[in-house]
Amino acid sequence: MDLLSFARGLGLKIAIAVFCMGVAWRILAFALLKIRRDFNRPREPILKYLLGGLITVGSRSWPHREFIGRTGAGEALGYSYHLGLFAVVLLFTPHIIFLGSLFGVTWPGLPSSIITIISVLTLTLFLAVLFRRVTNHVMRMLSNFDDYFSWFITMLVLVTGLAATAHVGARYETLLAVHILSVDALLIWFPFGKLMHAFYIFPSRAINGALLARKGATS
Amino acid sequence: MIDTAIPVPVPAPADSVVGAMKGFAQEIGALSAFRLESCIHCGICADACHYYIATEDPQYTPIWKVEPFKQAYKREASALAPLYRLFGFKREVTADQLAQWQHLLFDSCNMCGRCSLICPMGIDVAALIEQSRHAMFEAGLAPKELYDKAAHQHRTGQPESSVEPYRDRLLSIGVQFGVDIPLDRPEVEVMLCVPRTDIEHYPSAVAALARVMGHLGVSCTFRSDGLVAENYGYYAGGKDWQRDISMRLIEQAIACKAKILLISECGHAYTALRWEAADLYGKALPFKVLSVTEFLADELKAGHLKLAKSTDGKTTFHDPCQFVRKGGVNEAPRELMKAMNVDLHELENHGGFSFCCGGGGGVIDIQQAAPLRYRTMEVKLREIDDTGAQTLVTSCSDCRRTFDDAQAHFAWNKKPSSLLELVASNLIGAGDAP
Repeated sequence: MDLLSFARGLGLKIAIAVFCMGVAWRILAFALLKIRRDFNRPREPILKYLLGGLITVGSRSWPHREFIGRTGAGEALGYSYHLGLFAVVLLFTPHIIFLGSLFGVTWPGLPSSIITIISVLTLTLFLAVLFRRVTNHVMRMLSNFDDYFSWFITMLVLVTGLAATAHVGARYETLLAVHILSVDALLIWFPFGKLMHAFYIFPSRAINGALLARKGATS
Repeated sequence: MIDTAIPVPVPAPADSVVGAMKGFAQEIGALSAFRLESCIHCGICADACHYYIATEDPQYTPIWKVEPFKQAYKREASALAPLYRLFGFKREVTADQLAQWQHLLFDSCNMCGRCSLICPMGIDVAALIEQSRHAMFEAGLAPKELYDKAAHQHRTGQPESSVEPYRDRLLSIGVQFGVDIPLDRPEVEVMLCVPRTDIEHYPSAVAALARVMGHLGVSCTFRSDGLVAENYGYYAGGKDWQRDISMRLIEQAIACKAKILLISECGHAYTALRWEAADLYGKALPFKVLSVTEFLADELKAGHLKLAKSTDGKTTFHDPCQFVRKGGVNEAPRELMKAMNVDLHELENHGGFSFCCGGGGGVIDIQQAAPLRYRTMEVKLREIDDTGAQTLVTSCSDCRRTFDDAQAHFAWNKKPSSLLELVASNLIGAGDAP
């Protein structure tokens, strides 16, 4: 079995299995803990506070006017590289074909030249994010191995993908194998670190929003 | 130059740490675990916290204040706990570490909840801090001032000794201000409770409450065995004491068959009774819990309360965090001020986004926290000054006391006043103000 066959065959299967089981366990583990009932009389009817939760899922995507001066730039940087990543993962034609083989659904992609530009921009934003994490005293204090390793492994996928697309540094098959192996590594790491926030972000916003709306408070 | 040096903490004994972490682990429900797991270390919560804004010191980042508890949860109770322990990724929390965090959880957090509005992950950081205070209490690391007051209130119903018992003091206030103080009536619609801050420092506010209720003709009473609204168990993090202190009021409200437990101007009492008491009671309360502000706004809407126009000139309003941001009583104070034609000039950050006065969460009572509190308060005082208002109104006695303290400390030129007293002095047909 050559490297490429392993990367997209057995390697990928193992990675997907670890990813699925790990994510399931991380989520199931919450369900095993106590869920407390709130006996305090809500100010708002249930539909209103559920709606408050849904609204917060969207509204928390951007800081409130009162905070924007202090956090707008940092949040814009954060969202920009996420958008770049989504575009590269979901709108690059070879990725669409690959995802189509897994899920049976395909969609139109962007031209390779556009994806390359987005990738380079995203790469730049990634470096900016790392620079910010090590230079901002709050972020540096909060950061641990998980933050840096999650950054590294996501960056690795991006860099190897760019190298494979540009055919730089080795044979295409080798570059592609390395790229897919980096994806395998990312999938394996995913349930063990902060990348799990992809699954947490919307429920977390919805819960906090609903609990505040239950009191009739601003969310 | 204000000295904000961190006081040297006394290390907790190792067994206290075990107790604290046990207490914390016992409290970890699915919701708290989810909150702890969701943090992405973006540090944005720092930008909502007035302690960080005033000092630019990263240790005041709200989520950092729960770091030892996050560490303990991940090591002991999280989905990956066995891996963390096996590979030593998360170390055990030490006594020194926990002692160090007393400053971060008590001296430099008002539990105001502003950080919970900024988190892009939607984490209620303030709720985690409240839980962490419970663990600190278990470790014997609640600040002495809060612990002593909580213990005293748990034992006697009063957070501290007084020259005359509060029951007698209440009657004296009635005589002093010429108002009828309803006391220990057997069956009423509304049971009243007041902050001891009012009894001790602002008797005019107690009189204002009695005057307004009398004016409205509401069947109401104070109860000798359930007078004090504050809950020092809540401040100190002593959950059992918090429950027992709340139970005094709950039992009294049930005894006089009250349909409403009315809390005068005390924000933390509102949180403890309106949003936490039923959980500690274990079932829904058989009466409503209302703040006096929302009660009066309801009376206004119903047409029972008629108010004269205020002549106080340019006025600004400080939103007490526990009533507004954490309690949802946002519109009621503004409806009352509008009815009195108050010339309201809102603060730059108002409503749910208002900065805390700096005294909340029991911080006003913690002596060693004072230098940092004064430094942090400057954020708020600057905003108030920027409105150009001559009058500062608020609806919480502890906020009022904090601003009064600032007036003395900074020789500040504003005297805070009470919204309740403003209403009482503008009752149409009520005679002279108390």
